[in-house]
Formats: sequence, C-alpha cells, structure tokens
Amino acid sequence: MRMALLSFLLILLVAASAGAGVRPEEILDDPALEARARALGQQLRCLVCQNQSIDDSDAPLAADLRRIVREQLVAGKSEEEIKAYLVARYGDFILLKPPVKPATWGLWIGPFLLLGLGGVLAFVYLRRSRRGATTEDSELSEEERSRLAALLGEDAEGARMPTSSSSP
Amino acid sequence: MIEYGHFAIALALVTALVQSTIPLWGAARRDRAMMALAPQAAVAQFLLLTFAFATLIHAHLTDDFSVRNVFENSHSTKPLIYKFAGVWGNHEGSLVLWVWILALFGAGVAVFGRDLPATFTARVLAIQGLIAVGFLSFMLLTSNAFERLDPPAVDGRGLNPILQDPGLAMHPPMLYLGYVGFSTAYSFAMAALIEGRVDPSWARWLRPWVLAAWIALTLGIALGSWWAYYELGWGGWWFWDPVENASFMPWLAGTALLHSAIVLEKRNTLKNWTILLAILTFALSLLGTFLVRSGVLTSVHAFASDPARGIYILALLVIAVGGSLLLYAWRAPQMQSGPVFAPISREGALVFNNLLLAVACGTVFLGTLYPLGLEAVGGPKISVGPPYFDRTFVPLMIPLLIAVPVGAMLAWKRGDLPGVLARLKFALAAAAATLALTLALGGARALLAGFGFALASWIVVGSLVEYAERIAFLRVPLARSWQRLRGLPRAATAMTLAHVGLGLMILGMTASSAGRVERILVMRPGETVALAGYEVRFDGVSQVRGPNYVAERGSFSVTREGNPVTVIHSERRFYTVERRTTTEAGIATNLLRDLYFVLGERSGDGWTVRLYYNPLVLWIWGGAVVMALGGLVSLTDRRLRVGVPRPTVRSVALEGAD
Amino acid sequence: MAAEREELQSHEQRRGAVWLYLLPVAIFAVVALALAWGLSRDASVLPSALLDKPVPEFELPPIPGRDNHGFSRQDLGGRPMLVNVWASWCVPCRAEHPLVTRLAREGFPVHGINYKDRPEDARAWLAELGDPYTYIGSDRDGRVAIEWGVYGVPETFVVDARGVIVFKQVGQLTPRVIEEKILPLLRELERR
Repeated sequence: MRMALLSFLLILLVAASAGAGVRPEEILDDPALEARARALGQQLRCLVCQNQSIDDSDAPLAADLRRIVREQLVAGKSEEEIKAYLVARYGDFILLKPPVKPATWGLWIGPFLLLGLGGVLAFVYLRRSRRGATTEDSELSEEERSRLAALLGEDAEGARMPTSSSSP
Repeated sequence: MIEYGHFAIALALVTALVQSTIPLWGAARRDRAMMALAPQAAVAQFLLLTFAFATLIHAHLTDDFSVRNVFENSHSTKPLIYKFAGVWGNHEGSLVLWVWILALFGAGVAVFGRDLPATFTARVLAIQGLIAVGFLSFMLLTSNAFERLDPPAVDGRGLNPILQDPGLAMHPPMLYLGYVGFSTAYSFAMAALIEGRVDPSWARWLRPWVLAAWIALTLGIALGSWWAYYELGWGGWWFWDPVENASFMPWLAGTALLHSAIVLEKRNTLKNWTILLAILTFALSLLGTFLVRSGVLTSVHAFASDPARGIYILALLVIAVGGSLLLYAWRAPQMQSGPVFAPISREGALVFNNLLLAVACGTVFLGTLYPLGLEAVGGPKISVGPPYFDRTFVPLMIPLLIAVPVGAMLAWKRGDLPGVLARLKFALAAAAATLALTLALGGARALLAGFGFALASWIVVGSLVEYAERIAFLRVPLARSWQRLRGLPRAATAMTLAHVGLGLMILGMTASSAGRVERILVMRPGETVALAGYEVRFDGVSQVRGPNYVAERGSFSVTREGNPVTVIHSERRFYTVERRTTTEAGIATNLLRDLYFVLGERSGDGWTVRLYYNPLVLWIWGGAVVMALGGLVSLTDRRLRVGVPRPTVRSVALEGAD
Repeated sequence: MAAEREELQSHEQRRGAVWLYLLPVAIFAVVALALAWGLSRDASVLPSALLDKPVPEFELPPIPGRDNHGFSRQDLGGRPMLVNVWASWCVPCRAEHPLVTRLAREGFPVHGINYKDRPEDARAWLAELGDPYTYIGSDRDGRVAIEWGVYGVPETFVVDARGVIVFKQVGQLTPRVIEEKILPLLRELERR
C-alpha cells in the first residue's frame, strides 16, 4: 500500500501530462475512481501511437482501452487485475512501467548496479589518487630527451614542455 | 543550380579526405606544410558546404519542384519561413545541416585555434575531416538532397503541419549545433590520445568548444520541450520518448564533461576520465543520430525507415566510436594520474557530480535500449516509459541536486564540509521554510511537492549565498561589493547563473506537475466554468482561414473576480494539402502561470474543451535559458583565450638579452 | 631499490586496470550487435500475446443483410481456419482482399471480423470486391477485437483444429507471407 502511495506521489512529482486524450463523457462520477483510472491510464501504452499513454492519446483504440479500464474499475476490479487482463491480450508491451520479472531484472537493478560499480571505482580512484601522487614518472625517456634537445634549438611550435617533470 | 550544390558536396568530400589524411601524416613527421593544410582544408570545406546548403535553400525558397527534396517536403502555399525551415525538416536536408555545422566547427577551430600548437590543430582537424568523410559519403550514397525529379513536378507534397511552427523550425539547428558541436571535443580527445599526452592547457583549449556545444544543446532541448508543450496539445513537456532521450544523453554526458574539464584544468587530474567523457558525449550524439533515422525504435503501426541508411550510420558509429574506444584502451593507461586531493574537496564534489551524471546517463541509456536488447536475445517485447524513469532517474538526481550548492563552496584540494554547511545555513533555512509553507498551504498530500520546492530554493539560495560571499555582500559597503563583482572572473558569475537556472527549472517542474488544475468538459457557447480562481466563459466557435489551412476557432474570455484578464483562442486546423487536422492550444502566459486551453471536437450542441492551469511552468524553459546564459557568460571569460606563447615573444626576449 | 619497487607497483596497478579500460569498448561492441540486430526486424510489429493460446470466448452478431449466423467461438476448431480482421474504411484491407480470396480458394475457411464498420458500408464493400468469407462477425465497438489482441486493421490469424491461435499477421497480407508462412502452415496443420 505504501509502495503504491509512494509511486503515486513520485508520479505527481515528475509526471507532466494529464489526460489530454480523455473525453468528458468518459470521466467517472466518482472522483476517487476517476483518479485511479487516470493513474492506471498513465501506465498503459497507446499501441498505435508514438510513445503515448492511453490517457494522452486521442486514437480510437486508446479510447476503447480507457473505457475498458473504467468499466472494470467500476466493476470492482483491482489495478493488478486490469493490467493482467490487458497483458493477456497485448503482452507486456502495453505496460509503460515494465513488470518486474527475471527478464527485466537487469533493467530495474541496472541503475543501482551502475551506481554501485561507479561508486566503487570512484572510491578506489580517490584512494589510489592519494597514494599515487608519489609514483609519477619524473624521468624523461631517451626519445623525450632527444626531442627536448632538438626543440630548444628551434621555435617552440609542435610539442609542449612536459609538465609532469619539475622545471630545470 | 542544384547541380552546383551537388558538385560542391562532392568537392567537400574530396577536401575532407585530404583534410583527414595528409595533416595526420604531417603531424607525425612534424612537417609544417602538411600540417598547415588542415586549417586551409577545414575553411575550404566550410565554404563549399555553405554554398551547397545555399543552393538547397534557394531551391526551397523558389519552389523549385524539379528538385526531389523540395517536391517531397514543400508546397507553393507554404509560408516563406516554413519553406526555409522545411529545408532541414526532412532526413536528407537535415543531413546537409549536420555536415554544415560540422564544417562550421572545423573552420572555427582553424580560425580561433591559431594559438594552438600546429600538431594539435592538425590532428584535431584531421579527425573532424574523418567524421565529415563519413557523413558526406553517407549523404552522397544514400540520402542525397540534391537529386532532380524527372519529369519535374508541378507542386509539392507539402510539409507535415505539425512541423510548420516557429519553435520547431529553430529546434533542429540549435540541437545540431549542440550534437555536432561535441564532435570538437571528440576530436580534441582523439588528438590527445594520438599525441599520447594530456596536460591542463588541453582542458583550457577544450573548454570553450564544450561550452559552445553545451549551450546550444541546452537551448535545443529546451526548445523541443517547449514546442512539445504548446504544440502537441496536452501540456506535457517531457515524455521519455526514445527521440528525446537520444538528445538528453549527450546533454548529461556533456554536463559531466564540462565539470570534469574544470577539474582537469585546475588540478591536472581526472585526465583519462575527461577524455573518455569527450569520446562518449559525441558517441551518444552519433547514437542519437542513428536511433532517430534508422527506425530501430518505433512503435507505430506504419512503415519502418530505410534499413540501408541505418546500416550505413551503424557502420559510421562502429568505426568512430569503436575506433576511438580502442585507441582509448590502448593509450589511456599510459597517461599519468594527477596530484592528490582529499575526498571532501571541490574535486571530490565534482567526482561525485560526474559519478551521478554518468549513472543517470547510463540509466537513460538502459531504459531506452533495454527493450531492443531483450528482444534481440529472444525475450518478450516490453515498453519502458515514464513510470520507469520516474523511479530510477529522479532518485539519482536528487543527491546530485542537493550537492550543487555544497560543491560550489568547497575549496580545492581539501574542503571543510562542516564549515561549508554552516555557511549555507541560510539556504537550509530557506529550504525548510519553503517545505513548511508548502505543507501549510497544501496539506500532507503536498509532501513531495514540498520537497521539490525545498530543493529548488536550496539550490537557488545556496548559489546566491556563495556569490554573496565572494563579493562580500552586506559585509562591506555596496560600492566595494560592486567593485568585487566587476573584478570577479566571469566563470564565477557564470557558475552562479547556471546553478540558479537549474534551481528555477526544478521550481517550474515541481509547480507545474503538482499544482496543475484541469477541467475537461463539454461547454456550450455562453457557459462559464471556474478554474483555479479564474472564471472562464466559452464564447463560441468561428470559422477562420489561414494561408494553407481552414480552422474552427474557439474563444474564451477569462476573468478573475469579475475583472477581465485575457481572451484566449484555440483552433482546430485542417491543412488542405496534407489533409491533416491539428489542434493549436490557446495559451496565456505570464511569469506565474499558464492558462492552457484546447478546443476539442463538437459534441452535441457544444464542444469538448480542455482547460488547464499550469503554475510556474514558464520557469522550466526560463530556467534552462538562464542556465544557457550562464554558459554564455563563461564563454566570454578572457582566461579562455590564452594559448601557447608565440615565437615573437621569445625572439624579443632574446634580443633584449643581447 | 625503493624506486624500482614503486615503479613495479604502479606498473601492476596499471596492468590491473587494463581490463577496466577495455570495458567501454566491450560494452560498445555488445550495444552495436544489438543495434545491428534491431535493423533486421520491423520495430513496429507487436507479436501476438495469444500465440499458442486458445481462441478467446466471443460471440458476434452478423452483418444485417449478409447472413443470420454471425461469428462466434463455436465456429472455430475441427480443422485449420483463418480469421481476418477488416473494415471498409481500411485502405490496406482493400489491397489485401485478393489474397484473402486466394486463401479461401485454397480450401481453407476464412472468417471475418468486421471492425468498427457500419453495416451498409460493409455490405457495399463486399458487394464491390467479393465476399470470400465463410462467417463474418460484426464488431461495431471493437471489443471483441480487443479480446483477440488486435490493435489495428488488417490483421489475420491462423487457428488450428484444436482452436489454438498459431500465427498472426499484423498488417496487410503479402504474397510472400502467404507462400512462405501461411500456406505451408495450413497444410502442415491439415496433415495432423
């Protein structure tokens, strides 16, 4: 229950669209049910549109699906049951929020794995950085030595002075 | 006329071939003449492509329907400005814009980079040339805008009415300036890898180019979002559509690059990471170009794009990105690590910034491409839409946003976190007050909105506090503060501006999402409805005629407590040539709110209308503009112009010594 | 001595880190493969969620004036059949009509679901182009089509003798699809 509430609030924070395809005659009389219908509608994909939810689309199929959602809500079905009904007919594709199942674990865990991996790398770097400062190369290689000599004899045009070494 | 343009493209390809080969060889052999060829070729390429572009524009503006591109995308009744914008409103034409901007940046490096070492310039321009070779050949072989139609057509097919709009006309050029502008950063990184060396001056040379591209991309994305808001008719401004994500990923990486380059310049560290970011930002631009043109990610019950084009761009992608990443894997390990800094420091904060931006970028990448990958391994076809990104991207951004004012105040090398937090207590108080105020006005339901507002005020006030400290505001006489302000390096003012802009964006996003009020109903002429303290009266519908459309125009009179506020019109347009209907929302904007009205279909003896009240929505794009302004101010910082000392200085010194 | 040990240490650190530097290009290789694969298929087609599942329960009235039977679940099964979703306002349906006729002529019953059509328009369309269908159900509000997971017209299903959906063609039928997929499948199913 709390997850649902949190999800709903999170949606409030970022969701930017608000049922632009919904028609007045579709709106349910019960505002609480209508709010649930909207929340669910935001999660269902309009299958014949370019990445819109059924709430935002004015395609006829979207209207049909919106009507189905509302009919089933009025009949007392839960959000999960309605989603299952639609998934049985259209597959997972109709869900804008991908279901959490083995096929999508990578998708849901991914960001946090990335964060963990990145965090570890950053941490290691920061610690190595502390130790690594003393192991800088301060010797010029043979090639660099001869190039330096050549450079000092003509215009400073191509290569720059290597900054890693301490100035002579 | 168009044949000259076609010929110019071919010449430009030859020039690019020269530009990409001889200077590279010359840089390896320190041959001055061969290296000097690079800037010459870059400027020549730019001039040739300007000419070619001009011939295409000319064909469009003069309704030359013997040119296939004009026939397919234009019509004689189209307004002039959209004939102009229609040049890049299609695949072939937009490619011409792409390569033209690529050449523009190449010429820019050639002209403004005169103080750069010649080997470096040669290598950078050679890489730019290579990219140009790839795209010019792509154009000539698969997507030629300069073809003729035989027999010539009498009139054109017209342009999609949705694209006939000022905002969208400017969106591709701005976006491409950003996308393609990052090619310079890529070339700089490649040149550094080839050279085998990265030093702080490299970061200093890099910064203006990254800034320029970043500013353009910020504005381009903001334009696109704003356009979607007012044009697509449902008041949304971001949909996590793959095409949007394709432009957002380079922006995230580019922002990380901007910050990482600062660390590299100041502290000579994070070298390999900055190079990798420069490569990745452009790689993401190329990926974006691929995604939107190849038809790999669509979902419409319609035809797919030409796969031949997709294959070509994929090949370009593999060569450019694969090649650079291989070079990176080979050369980067040999580059040195930098001096030490404590984890709690400005550098540490910027590492934190980069970490979160990179992970956020990776998340968007994952969400966009996961369905494709899953299908490729035989899994089910899934959708990844806004609900996914809301639950992953948003939580990732929050720590980053909290860190913004803190990081801006930390000292280099070793920072004093408790001290900084103490100095920010005013900002913390402002945030707490905002949260309290929101809860008081909105009740417990407004908790998340309260956090959003608190975050926005934390960032804005925190950034201003930092700036105030720098100019010793209110601690010394105002005149002194003003003096200090004038003496501040521009980059400092720029940082404050950019961060304040960010805070304003958060403000706009939170307010317009949480505080939006909507009324969807059927109204008959003369009826009135209440909306967020306003009274809206529907005044009926009239028929109007536009240059290439007929429309039903609905009028709404808005009053507040009886006092007239404004009159809003919304149209349903039918474009006669293209036979498409579009809806134009009527929007009354001011700094505090948008009134957004949409006329729908007739319903009985009334019309369906959708009325929205969007508080503070302007600040979403206003904040982006302020952010871009910050970038612009930073670009004008004189410190960015210092380059390699020129030989004349040395010879004078030697003479003096004699 | 100490300098040498430091040198070795940093060298090892760099050696250990080499795999890290290869990570970006490795990830890119995987991504490129996925993109290449993506080019080889049509992204707009949604595969049916009902494959290898029994036909949904449904009952549709007839098109008035055409027949009195209508079309329902009872009419499927016993032998392989085709179900074609069409409408008179749908342009590709008109284009594929000869192929639907051809399938019927091969001896396989082709049933129709008339999607969101007015009876007079449907009758006129059939009169003009020909009526290859065995039974047609009139789905005025499109609800039965939703039961079948239809999201556009035309769509064509192959149903086997047990009443299980074994194939779905999204969009217009083409001679190629008929030759290479549908007819062989139907003949295979007939044999069983």
